[in-house]
Amino acid sequence: MTARTRRHVAVVGAGPAGLAAAAAALRAGARVTLVDAAERPGGQYHRMLPEQYRAARPERLHHGWAAFDRLRRHVLGHPRCAWWAESSVWSLERPGPGDETAPRVHVVRGPADGAGRERLVLDPDALVLAPGAHDRVLPFPGWDLPGVFTAGAAQALAKGERVVIGDRVVVAGAGPFLLPVAASLLEAGSTVLEVLEANPAATVLRGWGRRPWELASQAGKAGELAEYTALLARHRVPYRTGRAVIEARGDGRVEEVVTARLRADWSVVSGTERIVAVDAVCVGHGFTPQLELPLAAGCALREGFVQVDGDQRTTAPAVLAAGEITGIAGAPAARVEGLVAGWAAGGGDAAAPEARAARRRRDRARAFAARLAAAHPIGDGWPGWLRPETVVCRCEETTYGALCRAADAPASAAARAVKLGTRAGLGPCQARICGPSVAELLARRSPPPDLAAGGHRPATPHHRPVAQPIRLGELARPPKENL
Amino acid sequence: MRVVVLGAGIVGAACARELARRGLAVTVLDRGGPAAATTAHGEGNVLVSDKGPGPELELARLSRRLWPEILAEHEAPPADAVEWDAKGGIVVATTDAGARELARFADSQRAAGITADTLDAAALAEAEPHVTRDVALAVHYPEDAQVQPSGAAAFLLGGALRAGAELRTGCEVLGAVTSGGRLTAVRTSAGTIEADAFVNATGPWSGEVAARLGAPVDVRPRRGEVLVTTPQPPLVFHKVYDADYVGAVGSGAEELQASAVVESTRAGTILLGSSRRRVGFDDRLRPEVLSVIARKALRLFPCLAGVPVMRAYGGFRPYVPDHLPVIGPDPRLPGLWHAGGHEGAGIGLSPGTALLLADLLTGRAPQIDPAPFRVDRPAVLFEGDDQ
Ligand SMILES: Cc1cc2nc3c(=O)[nH]c(=O)nc-3n(C[C@H](O)[C@H](O)[C@H](O)COP(=O)(O)OP(=O)(O)OC[C@H]3O[C@@H](n4cnc5c(N)ncnc54)[C@H](O)[C@@H]3O)c2cc1C
Ligand SMILES: Cc1cc2nc3c(=O)[nH]c(=O)nc-3n(C[C@H](O)[C@H](O)[C@H](O)COP(=O)(O)OP(=O)(O)OC[C@H]3O[C@@H](n4cnc5c(N)ncnc54)[C@H](O)[C@@H]3O)c2cc1C
Repeated sequence: MTARTRRHVAVVGAGPAGLAAAAAALRAGARVTLVDAAERPGGQYHRMLPEQYRAARPERLHHGWAAFDRLRRHVLGHPRCAWWAESSVWSLERPGPGDETAPRVHVVRGPADGAGRERLVLDPDALVLAPGAHDRVLPFPGWDLPGVFTAGAAQALAKGERVVIGDRVVVAGAGPFLLPVAASLLEAGSTVLEVLEANPAATVLRGWGRRPWELASQAGKAGELAEYTALLARHRVPYRTGRAVIEARGDGRVEEVVTARLRADWSVVSGTERIVAVDAVCVGHGFTPQLELPLAAGCALREGFVQVDGDQRTTAPAVLAAGEITGIAGAPAARVEGLVAGWAAGGGDAAAPEARAARRRRDRARAFAARLAAAHPIGDGWPGWLRPETVVCRCEETTYGALCRAADAPASAAARAVKLGTRAGLGPCQARICGPSVAELLARRSPPPDLAAGGHRPATPHHRPVAQPIRLGELARPPKENL
Repeated sequence: MRVVVLGAGIVGAACARELARRGLAVTVLDRGGPAAATTAHGEGNVLVSDKGPGPELELARLSRRLWPEILAEHEAPPADAVEWDAKGGIVVATTDAGARELARFADSQRAAGITADTLDAAALAEAEPHVTRDVALAVHYPEDAQVQPSGAAAFLLGGALRAGAELRTGCEVLGAVTSGGRLTAVRTSAGTIEADAFVNATGPWSGEVAARLGAPVDVRPRRGEVLVTTPQPPLVFHKVYDADYVGAVGSGAEELQASAVVESTRAGTILLGSSRRRVGFDDRLRPEVLSVIARKALRLFPCLAGVPVMRAYGGFRPYVPDHLPVIGPDPRLPGLWHAGGHEGAGIGLSPGTALLLADLLTGRAPQIDPAPFRVDRPAVLFEGDDQ
């Protein structure tokens, strides 16, 4: 079989999920094009240090480095794999109804800040989407002050660039991801004053169940979590449940935060407020899957994630999905989903023993994701933290008050009209940060009638047909096809 | 007299406002939310410059006169959300053939009373410092203006509600109840609603809704896409468009037509429009269509090559084969009225449309000749074969 006649699998995203998918598709005999916007593979988890740092021991702070390094070398060096670094998928063009072929993949390739990236298109036989998630932050008064970091940004700075974000830091939000963030800050030399989990202990314990370590170990996370917990203990960092940062204050940058006890629904128990002097604060409330590509491909969603079957196939023909876009369960889970997806995309035999084993591990990873979601939900009471002047969309500086006024006026209450009227979510981040929060706030004030706005897709904050910015000059040029 | 306006887009909103202010009992219903469909998926040009002498230009001039009057009726901030900006338009021809056509077109408009000033190179450079120098002819139309469409629609609907109109969302029109050959009620997903008159203002779905009511009209969707850049410092000061635009508007061709319309918004973004394609209600954004729009826009503003596009969106213009809106009573079904088919000009033309419809409905003498917009003309009643 020549390279040209082999089955061609395109994989978008070279994080744990995409890299594993590429490896499995190669193993199944396919030709693979692996595409990632970043310079290096690894995604969010194995965020590699920029080359110029020439880190002597990149494995520090990076769990499972050796295995990742082997996989990376194997995939990138494989004769049937084309590795496209610094390549952003800016659009997916789905075929018309009844057409069972994969969507056309539109790419711009070249350094993001360089002029004149080239435009390329791929027409693969199967497409694996593994674009991951970004971290979510709920708005609260003062969250737009300098010195307030998303947990993900703080993590990226500490892990990717080895930048210290502050000396006295509070880490707050929801989910186990707060632990590695606190660990990275400690490693980078910050003092972490406390780690606050908004959910009360009862919710967390009920979700994790009676033998949490067993569950985590099945998902490959036990050792890591134990290590973070030990590190926190060694540095005497308290881990408090049922408490949150509800306000950040300061003159021009954060100087103190207000923390408070929360009820199970995240409403504030008044009288429990405490003021803590800080020079930085990290907040994270779980993750938002990057759904623009799956939505462009026409994939159905289930409970906010891409719906997949036992082989990680989505509802769109020839499109498979793996990693955080199908559920949040950490890098090991993303990896095993990638294996299942890549094998199926590459035309591997579903009955092969290794495929069965991978599916079993994937099923356990899904169970873990479900329990994580149950242990660290987002409480309904968070809008109670907001004040009319609190900014909810940082790009356009839309306040909570303005949003409520637009949503409460019957003539402009449709979600799209509110957006256009207040500009919430229309700025450069294209609602990646505020979209889910704004959508939730609006849905509470007026149940969306938009669903039926005939001919137009239901309003979702993730609908971004231009998935990545593309310069007019790049867009104007005709693309190179069928590589 | 009870009137039900079907559709809460900008045209339905304008009609409801005009009728409610005349003391009629008005209900506006929509299967979705207000101003969420075509009205929220286009641009907000209020143009006289793209219309040759004829009935559409008369409707445009009437509307252009009405806009400031309507906005002056209420205090800011509601009117502020409309983002009315009488910035004027500049039409640019980059080829000699285009220049000849533009010169002829502008002459005919001047004869009809439109202000159209030819700009020499220095005047153009002063008005638009960043536009291409490769210009064969540029004409300035000071009467052109712009609004933020969904803000404008919300403003008009707000006016209707203040005048006593009622809004019902999530209510889809399914069929007709007739009595003695007259439309007496509409069946909807939320029950039957009786009235003395029904105004079909369902935009590109007007054809489908009219068919459900038993009086089909030939209104079809014509797809259009727009690119939005990241916020920029001021680079574009008027609505600047390519002389080809006039040809694309007037054409009924099925294949892709694109012509550059470049304008900046209050938020700092630059809108680059737009394409025209007949693809039914297929809402897929086609990268090659976006590429053509980018190419055309760069011909006008080469300096925008490095500016990132952060978003693209598209909608369905309500299209009638003879490019004229349908406004007036339906002679086949007494009780049914139409206000639709404005194609790429429904935002700008909504005030004049509402005035004309309300005059006809309440028996007042209309300010412009309604005959060209009548329902029983061949282009509207002809049942298309390519749908
Ligand atoms: C900021 C951040 C930091 C994290 N740090 C930790 C940690 O320290 N410890 C831990 O246990 N978990 C961490 N996580 C969670 C962990 O990253 C995930 O569990 C895991 O990486 C998910 O793998 P994935 O392959 O699904 O996605 P990712 O690892 O996110 O990989 C997705 C890849 O897709 C690429 N991509 C996305 N869209 C496009 C596009 N349109 N075109 C081209 N390429 C695209 C991205 O560049 C990225 O490389 C972190 C998550 C985030 C968001
Ligand atoms: C890309 C593009 C650019 C444009 N640029 C401009 C411009 O610059 N200037 C300009 O003036 N115009 C422009 N237009 C055209 C303008 O947007 C339209 O002419 C105008 O919005 C039409 O308004 P409408 O109220 O008739 O339709 P719509 O806004 O579509 O409203 C119709 C309403 O009817 C409802 N409906 C449909 N079926 C039913 C049913 N069965 N039951 C109940 N309700 C129903 C829909 O939900 C909808 O809300 C542009 C259009 C596009 C697509």
